[in-house]
Amino acid sequence: MAANEQKIEKLQDEINQLREELQQKERELFDLKFKKYHDNKYCLGLTATDIMRYSRQMLLSQFSITGQIVLKKSRVLIVGMGGLGCPCALYLAAAGIGEITIIDYDEVELTNLHRQVLHGENDIGIPKILSAYNRLKNLNSNIKIIPIHTHANSSTLTDLFKNKTFDVVVDGSDNVATRYLLNDICVLNNLPLVSGSALQMEGQLTVYNYNKGPCYRCLFPVPPPPDTVMNCGDGGVLGPVPGIIGTLQALEVIKILTKQGGVLSSRLLTFDACEAVFRNVKLRTRNSRCAVCGDDPTITSLIDYEEFCGSSAHDKVIDVDILRKDDHIPVKELPSKPETLLIDVRPTLEFAMCNLDNSYNFPYSYLKKGKDLDKLRKKLEDYSTNGSEVLIICRRGNDSQRAVLQLKEIFTDLPLKFLNVLGGLYAYSNSVDASFPIY
Amino acid sequence: MNNNAYNINIFSGGAELLFDNKRHYNIDLPNKDTWKLGDLLIWLRDNLLSERPELFIQNNSVRPGILVLVNDSDWELMVSSDLWYLICSLCQILCKYAPCP
Repeated sequence: MAANEQKIEKLQDEINQLREELQQKERELFDLKFKKYHDNKYCLGLTATDIMRYSRQMLLSQFSITGQIVLKKSRVLIVGMGGLGCPCALYLAAAGIGEITIIDYDEVELTNLHRQVLHGENDIGIPKILSAYNRLKNLNSNIKIIPIHTHANSSTLTDLFKNKTFDVVVDGSDNVATRYLLNDICVLNNLPLVSGSALQMEGQLTVYNYNKGPCYRCLFPVPPPPDTVMNCGDGGVLGPVPGIIGTLQALEVIKILTKQGGVLSSRLLTFDACEAVFRNVKLRTRNSRCAVCGDDPTITSLIDYEEFCGSSAHDKVIDVDILRKDDHIPVKELPSKPETLLIDVRPTLEFAMCNLDNSYNFPYSYLKKGKDLDKLRKKLEDYSTNGSEVLIICRRGNDSQRAVLQLKEIFTDLPLKFLNVLGGLYAYSNSVDASFPIY
Repeated sequence: MNNNAYNINIFSGGAELLFDNKRHYNIDLPNKDTWKLGDLLIWLRDNLLSERPELFIQNNSVRPGILVLVNDSDWELMVSSDLWYLICSLCQILCKYAPCP
C-alpha cells in the first residue's frame, strides 16, 4: 500500500514537471507563430491577434470592436469554481475579458468532474483555483487570471475589495450565507451581481443590484430555515444543468460590460430540465425599505453571514453527535459480525448505487414518516429470535444516529439493542475496505 | 361559482418536495365568494401538503425563502398586494424555493 502511494507521488511530481515544461513550450510556440500579429498598426486598442481571435463576436453589430475593447479592460470576479463557476469562467476567458479573479477554498474531488468541467482526472486533490487557472491559461494566455485560494467570507472579501476593483461579480457559490455576503458586498460597492443556481434538474438565473432592479435581500429579506436548504451532495444534479446556467451567467456578464441592454434584472429565468422549459418571471423592483439597498439601510458594512443564516458558508455536511457512548460501535468491528442484522438507512437510490453484503435497506425517511413500519417490525421480530444487536449504518453516520433514536422509541417492546455504526460507510471505506466507493 | 378549477403548479428548487413530489396540480377549490391568495396558501397547506407544514407557511405567510408567483409574476407586483390578491380561475400559481446551490 505504502509502495503504491510512493509511486503515485513520484508520478505526480514527474507529471507536474512535464506539464510545466509543456506549457512553457506551447506558449513559446504560440508567441512565435503569432508574433507578427502582436502589434496594432492597423487597429486602435487591440492587437492583430485580438482582431482575428475575437472577430466572430466583433462582427456582431451590438458588440463590435468597441465591445471587445471594453471586455479587454474589464475585471470580473467569480466566486466558486464549481458547476457554475467553471463554464462561466471558460466562456469569459474565451471571450477575452481582460482580468478574471477566481476564488475557491476547495480541492478537486472525483465527484466534481461530471459537472465542474475545468478540472480533470489529474487535478484531483489540488486546489480548484489552480486547475481552473491552468485550464483557463491554456485557453487564453493573453488575459490575466488571478487565482485566490481562500474561503469567501466577510474578512477575506473586505481585504480583496480594498486592493482590487471589479466591474461585475459572478455568484457561483453553493450556500445561502455566501449568497447574502456577495449580495451585500455588491450593493456596498455598487456592482451588479450575476447570480445563478442549479440543483437536480432545475436551474435559475438573475442579475441583482443592476439598473434599479432588486437585490437578493429585496427578494429574500430573511434567510430560509437551514434545514430546508439542499446541496448537490445530497440532492444530486445533472451536469449540463449547471453547465447551462453558468454559461448564461457568462452571457449576462458580457451584456452588462458592453452595455447591451436586455439584462436579466428584475426578472428571474428558471430552467426546468425535465420538461425543457425556460420561464421568464417578472420580479419586484428594488425595495425602498431593503436592509442593504433601501433608502435608509441598516446594513452599511459586512456582517457575520454564517450567524445571520444559521448555517455554514459551504455545502459540507456537519456531523452530529446525539447518542450515548454505548450506542455506538466502531466501524472496524463490522467484519467480525456477519450474523448481526445490519440496517442501511440511506435512501433507496443511494442503496442501489452501492451497498454492503447482507445489509437490509430501510430508509430513515420511512422511519420519520412511519412508512412500512409493519414490514420492519416483522423483520425485527424474526431476527430477535436469534439475535439481540441491530447495527444501523448510513452514508456518513448522521442519519444512522437519528435512526437509532427513532428505532429505540418505536420498538421499545422488542428485546433488541440498536447500535450506530460510527462514521457510516465513509468510515467503512476509509478504515475497512477502500474499494467501497465514497460518493 | 361552483367548482372553481384552478390550475396550480407547484414547482422548482425543492418546493415540490413538500407536495408529495408532484409538480403539477389541477385543483378544484370549494365554493366561496372570493378566493384570496392568502386563503389559497392556507388551503394548500391543509389539503395538499404532504409533510412538515412549517416548511411552507410561517406566521400566516409563506416561510422565508419561498417565492410565490402568479401568472409568471412575483406576487409582490400584484395590484392589491400579496395575500389579499383576488385570484381567478385562470390564475397559474407557482411556489418556488430561493436559489441556493
